[in-house]
Amino acid sequence: MSASVSTPERSPAGASGASSAPAPRKPGRVPGRARVWAIRAPLLPALVFLIAVTQLPFVATVVISFFDWNSLSPDKRAFSAFSNYGEVFSDPSLRDSVFTTVLLTASVVIVSVVLGLLLALLLDRKFIGRGFVRTLLITPFLLVPVSAALMWKHVLYNPEYGLLNGAWAWFAGLFGVDNPGQPDWISDMPLAAVATALVWQWTPFMMLILLAGLQSRSAEQMEAARLDGANAWQMFCYLTLPHLRRYLELGVLLGSIYIVQNFDAVFTITAGGLGTANLPYTIYQTFYQAHEYGLASAAGVVVVIGTIVVATFALRVVSSLFSEEAGRA
Amino acid sequence: MSTLTAPNTRGHAGAARTGRRRSTVLGLLAWAVGIVFCAPALWMLLTSFHSEADAATNPPSPGAPLTLDGYRVFFGADGGASPWPPLINSLTASVFSTLIVLVLALPAAYALSIKRVEKWTDVMFFFLSTKMLPVVAGLLPVYLFAKNTGMLDNIWFLVILYTSMNLPIAVWMMQSFLADVPVSIIEAAQVDGARLPTVLARVVAPVAAPGIAATSLICFIFSWNELLFARVLTGVAAQTAPVFLTSFVTSQGLFLAQLCAASVVVSLPVLAAGFAAQDKLVQGLSLGAVK
Repeated sequence: MSASVSTPERSPAGASGASSAPAPRKPGRVPGRARVWAIRAPLLPALVFLIAVTQLPFVATVVISFFDWNSLSPDKRAFSAFSNYGEVFSDPSLRDSVFTTVLLTASVVIVSVVLGLLLALLLDRKFIGRGFVRTLLITPFLLVPVSAALMWKHVLYNPEYGLLNGAWAWFAGLFGVDNPGQPDWISDMPLAAVATALVWQWTPFMMLILLAGLQSRSAEQMEAARLDGANAWQMFCYLTLPHLRRYLELGVLLGSIYIVQNFDAVFTITAGGLGTANLPYTIYQTFYQAHEYGLASAAGVVVVIGTIVVATFALRVVSSLFSEEAGRA
Repeated sequence: MSTLTAPNTRGHAGAARTGRRRSTVLGLLAWAVGIVFCAPALWMLLTSFHSEADAATNPPSPGAPLTLDGYRVFFGADGGASPWPPLINSLTASVFSTLIVLVLALPAAYALSIKRVEKWTDVMFFFLSTKMLPVVAGLLPVYLFAKNTGMLDNIWFLVILYTSMNLPIAVWMMQSFLADVPVSIIEAAQVDGARLPTVLARVVAPVAAPGIAATSLICFIFSWNELLFARVLTGVAAQTAPVFLTSFVTSQGLFLAQLCAASVVVSLPVLAAGFAAQDKLVQGLSLGAVK
């Protein structure tokens, strides 16, 4: 997957490295080959390494996706053109996992962006202990994802002694209710259970991005609006929100890219059961347990195509932030 | 974006008092929200210091006496599996992949920010696009390669994969840090006859040290957290801490205090690294877009 996004030229006033940029090349004045390669050389190890370790396996995945290949019966390996792709879209369980992936990603991203925005607005003003509260809010994001998922599964959702039901029983007990309903969260609402755990983990990330956006607002502009008699709501709608647009886009797109790929939470909380198997989990299962190599590869290619669609927008957003950065110096 | 704007200043004396009162209310609200939001993690920490009997009560018993039993059992006091090999494997994978990332990313960032290659923005976006490639899309060939070359259950194979996973992020972050290094001191060193490795090690690295440290912490966190590759490519010998955590639950049955202790221990290095690099963490995750 190579970037096809048009990238802005560096402005002449340029970023801080401007004075060291290679002298402008005029047609007819080709710089010495040795000099060009001396500049390229430091880049090459990283580039070659990355192409070898990330691009080659993907090419292999594409090739395998055209074969009917189950590793349990290796003799039957045969070219099968697009039949694996046909199966990805016709097999109900695979189709369901495509749907689950979209639903899980969209709900987690939307809820965590909204919560993240509210938290960012709350943390944007000064108050005593702001640093400490910020640390509290970031903590969910810093737990190892498997630890967080295990915690939700066993410590919070457990129907017998989980904190959620425990706190509910305690709360109901205050009002003299002895046996309040004790839902079994994971089997009653499996997808919501996974989504809640992910929202908890990803809200701090959204908050941090949006906080960076809030703090880059122009103070003079805000003050001018205040002097003109704008109230808080007007300032939010007409100044803050438009300013935050790029950061909101960035949060949504990056959140989508990371959460589409989520494996840890699905694997740990439900092991893909009860209709929570997303594509990464299904692909993992298709090749690791069912040994259907061709089918798993086709599903992998489908994920990549979906991701490219999202990533194209993401690259455009990053590219515009990047050019603002380069232009500002 | 790199500098914080001045705090909100309230110019009007009349508005000042209501503003101050509202600030107090919002400050208290922020505290309440922060504590509620963090409560599950705090509860896990508290439970890790309870006995198994007190950990699994309904209603919960936050006031139960504290004990280190959960940690003692986790570290193998009752003859269970020792957590040290997986912890050491995770440490090996994280530290060595981070070191290799630095060795590869620093010269690349130099070529992308100081002595700029032609079409440097295209190269930057190529690095970024590899990060957007879902891991599952290359997992099977990587597994087959490891299987056929005898690299399954080998921690050094994970080191290579984690290096490729973190390299794009590191290149992006380092590019932005190196762009802040004054060109004049680099040119002065080159006039004195210093070659590239010397320039990087003696001139660039010291100036960009805080940025390099933050980049390293982020690469460390991502490697430490990784589950999918580790789950598919390791077995017994090269098992990492996240894989150990998942298998630990099923093999030992459910001991809540012990599970909480295990989660706390495995998360501690990441929490420490994360608090140290919290601003840069977002920059890393947002692929260098937010400074």
